[in-house]
Amino acid sequence: MANMMKRVPVAEQEPKVRAKNFEEVCLGYSDAEAKEEADRCLNCKNPKCVVGCPVSIQINDFITQIKEGNIEKAADIIAESSALPAVCGRVCPQETQCEGVCIRGIKGEPVSIGKLERYVADWAREHNYVAAKAGTPNGKKVAVIGAGPSGLTCAGDLAKLGYDVTIFEAFHEPGGVLQYGIPEFRLPKTRVVGPEIENVRKLGVKILTNVFVGRSITVDELLEDEGFDAVFLGTGAGLPKFMNIPGETANGVYSANEFLTRNNLMKAYREDSDTPMKAGKKVVVVGGGNVAMDAARTALRLGAEVHVVYRRSEAELPARVEEVHHAKEEGIIFDLLQNPVEILVDENDWVTGIRVIKMELGEPDSSGRRRPVEIPGSEYVIDCDTVIMSLGTSPNPLISETTKGLDTNRRGCIIAKEENGETTKQAVYAGGDAVTGAATVILAMGAGKAAAKGIHEYLSNK
Amino acid sequence: MYKITRVEHLVDKDWLMDVEAPYVARKAEPGQFMIAKLGELGERIPLTIADYDKEKGTITIVFQVVGASTEKFSHLQVGDYFTDIVGPLGRPSELVELSPEELKKENLIFIAGGVGAAPVYPQVKWLHERGIEADVILGARNKDLLIMEEELRSVAKNVYVTTDDGSYGAKGVVTDVLKKLVNEEGKKYTRCIAIGPVIMMKFAALTTKELGIPTIVSMNPIMIDGTGMCGACRLVVGDQVKFACVDGPEFDGHLVDFNLAMKRQQTYKAEEGKALLELLEAEKSHGGCGNCN
Repeated sequence: MANMMKRVPVAEQEPKVRAKNFEEVCLGYSDAEAKEEADRCLNCKNPKCVVGCPVSIQINDFITQIKEGNIEKAADIIAESSALPAVCGRVCPQETQCEGVCIRGIKGEPVSIGKLERYVADWAREHNYVAAKAGTPNGKKVAVIGAGPSGLTCAGDLAKLGYDVTIFEAFHEPGGVLQYGIPEFRLPKTRVVGPEIENVRKLGVKILTNVFVGRSITVDELLEDEGFDAVFLGTGAGLPKFMNIPGETANGVYSANEFLTRNNLMKAYREDSDTPMKAGKKVVVVGGGNVAMDAARTALRLGAEVHVVYRRSEAELPARVEEVHHAKEEGIIFDLLQNPVEILVDENDWVTGIRVIKMELGEPDSSGRRRPVEIPGSEYVIDCDTVIMSLGTSPNPLISETTKGLDTNRRGCIIAKEENGETTKQAVYAGGDAVTGAATVILAMGAGKAAAKGIHEYLSNK
Repeated sequence: MYKITRVEHLVDKDWLMDVEAPYVARKAEPGQFMIAKLGELGERIPLTIADYDKEKGTITIVFQVVGASTEKFSHLQVGDYFTDIVGPLGRPSELVELSPEELKKENLIFIAGGVGAAPVYPQVKWLHERGIEADVILGARNKDLLIMEEELRSVAKNVYVTTDDGSYGAKGVVTDVLKKLVNEEGKKYTRCIAIGPVIMMKFAALTTKELGIPTIVSMNPIMIDGTGMCGACRLVVGDQVKFACVDGPEFDGHLVDFNLAMKRQQTYKAEEGKALLELLEAEKSHGGCGNCN
C-alpha cells in the first residue's frame, strides 16, 4: 500500500539540464501516477478545495472521475468552470488556494490538485477532446477587450451562454500575460497556450488581433457605432514600474516586461527570431515576485550568472515557493535583505554594476510583513552588465482616459464591483489586473467569470 | 494580413508604401505612429505614418533601411502582405488639440531632416486643410537624399531646402536656415516642430532656445509593443522619465535629454549590424567571405 500521507512525485527535467534549455520544467503525471494520486483524495462531503478555487471547479468530482478512469468526464467537469485548465494546472498558486485547504494536508501532504488538473487538460488536448460546447445563439453582441486570462474566461463563459463574442487584442498574438509574460519553460506556447485559446475559438468566439482599443477604436464607439450590447475590459496591468534611482535609463537596464516580452512573445531566445536580445554575462534581477523568478530563470537559460536582489528576507518573497525552489535548484543566487540605491555606468552609459545597501527587518508594516530598514554604511557594489527591474506593473490609463464615465481609483485601477464586474459606466464591465493591479492568472479568470455572469444578468433584464 | 497597394523607392535607403490597414487609417492623426511586423518571428518595427486615406482604409508608411527587418521590408512588392500592423499609436500632435482660433494665431515653422520629412508632411497637410499655411525647412545631406519635397510644396507656404554639401538649395544645415529666417528676414515664429535624426533635433532645439521659439520634437526610440508595456522607449524629459510610445512621441524639445536618447539608440547596434550583414551575405553570397559583394 502506498504511503497516503505523501503525494505522488511528479517528474521534472534535471536542474542542470533544464538550466540550459527552454523546454518545460515539469513533465506531468503519467496515467498510472495520476490515478495513484487521485486515490489519495478523500472526496470530502464538504469539499473545502472547491471553496478555495477562485473559479469554483468541482475538484472532488473531477478527481473521482480520474479514479474511475473517466478522463473525458473529468474534463467536462473542469470545463464547466474553467476555460484554461492546462494553463491553471501549471501556473495557479494551488498551495494557497485549493491545496492550501485540502483535508489531506492537515496530517500529510495535500492532494496534488494542480498536477491532476493539468493531467486531465493535457489528456483532453492529446486526445482532441473538446469539453465545452457553445450555447444557442441569443443574438446579443459582447466585446471583450484583451485576450488575457480574464478576457478569455469571460468570452468563453458568454459564448457558452449563446452570446456573439468578439475579443479585441492589441498584440499580434492572443493570450496576454500567458503569451508575453510567463516563459516557455513554465507554460509552453505552441503546445499548451495555443490549443487552449483555440478551444475558446471553437466556442464561436472571434479574436481580432492588432486592435489597440483606446487608439484603434474606443469603447464608446464599440457601444454606439459597432452594435455591441456590452463591453468587458480585461486590459491587464501592463505599465512597468521603475525605482527612480540614478542610472536607471542606462543601456542594459530592462523592465521585466521588456526582457520577458522579447523572449516570450517575440521568441528572441530562438536563433530564427528577428528580435534582438542581449543576454548579459552577469544579471541582477531586482524584486522577489513570480515575474522576477521568470526573468531570472530566463536570463540563466540565456547563459548568464543571475542574482536576485530583494529587500526583505526569504520568508517574505512574494513568489510561489515552487518557483523559488526551482530557481535555486537551477543555480540562481539570492542576495536577500538588500536594496539597490544606484546603477553604475561606464562612459557610454552601459551598466557596469549596481550599488546596494543591506537591510534588516523592523516592525510589521500595513501589509503585515516586517518593514525592511536600511543598515547605515553597509553599501557595496555588485558588478553586473544587466539589471532587470521587476517591481510590479500598473494598469494602462489609456482605456479610462478615452472612455466617458469610466472611473478609476487613485492607483489608476478601474473601479468595478467584485461580485459582477460592474463599472461606473453602464454596459461596461471589468476584471483582472486592470481592476486589482498586478495579481495572478486565476484571480483574473475568477473576475472574468464573475463579469460574464454580471453581463448575462444585465443583458437578460435589458 | 495587411496588403501592400503601392511601393515607391524614394531615394537611397528610403521607401514609401501604401498598406491596407483600416483600423489605423480610420483613426490616425498627425503626430502618431504605428508598428509593422513581417513574418511569424518578425520584429515589431515602429514606423512613421506619412499619410492616410480614411475612405480607402489605407495608410502610407515611409521607412529607411537600417537593419535586417527594414531590409526585408524593402523587398516587399505590391500585392504582398505585412503579417501585422497595429496603430495608430502615441498621442496626436499638440496642434490637433488646438482650437481653430488658437491655430490661426500661430505662425509655425517645421524643420524636417532626412526621413523626418515623412512625419512632417501629414502635419503640414492637416494644417493646410484647415486654411493654415506653415513654413518648412527641408534638409538632407545631399540632393539625392531629399524626400517629399513636391508633397511639402503642395501644402506649405514656403519650403526652404538646404543640403549639407550645397548640391541643392542652400548649403549648410537646417539651423543655419532658421537663424537666417529669424535674424535676417525678420520672421516671427510662434512654434517650431522639428523632426529628423536625434542629432538634428538636438541642434534645432538648441537654436530655437536661443531664438526663444517653443519647440516640439518627435522621438522614435527602440520599442517593442508601442503600447506602454516594455518601457524600452524611456526618455528623460525635464526631470521626468517618459515613455515615448504613450507619453509621446512628441515632446518639448527644450526639455528632452538628447544625449541620453542617442546613447540608448545604440543598445542593439552590434546585433542589428550583424543581422543585416548576415541577411545581405545570404542574398549576395557567392561562396566568398561575403564582405566584398
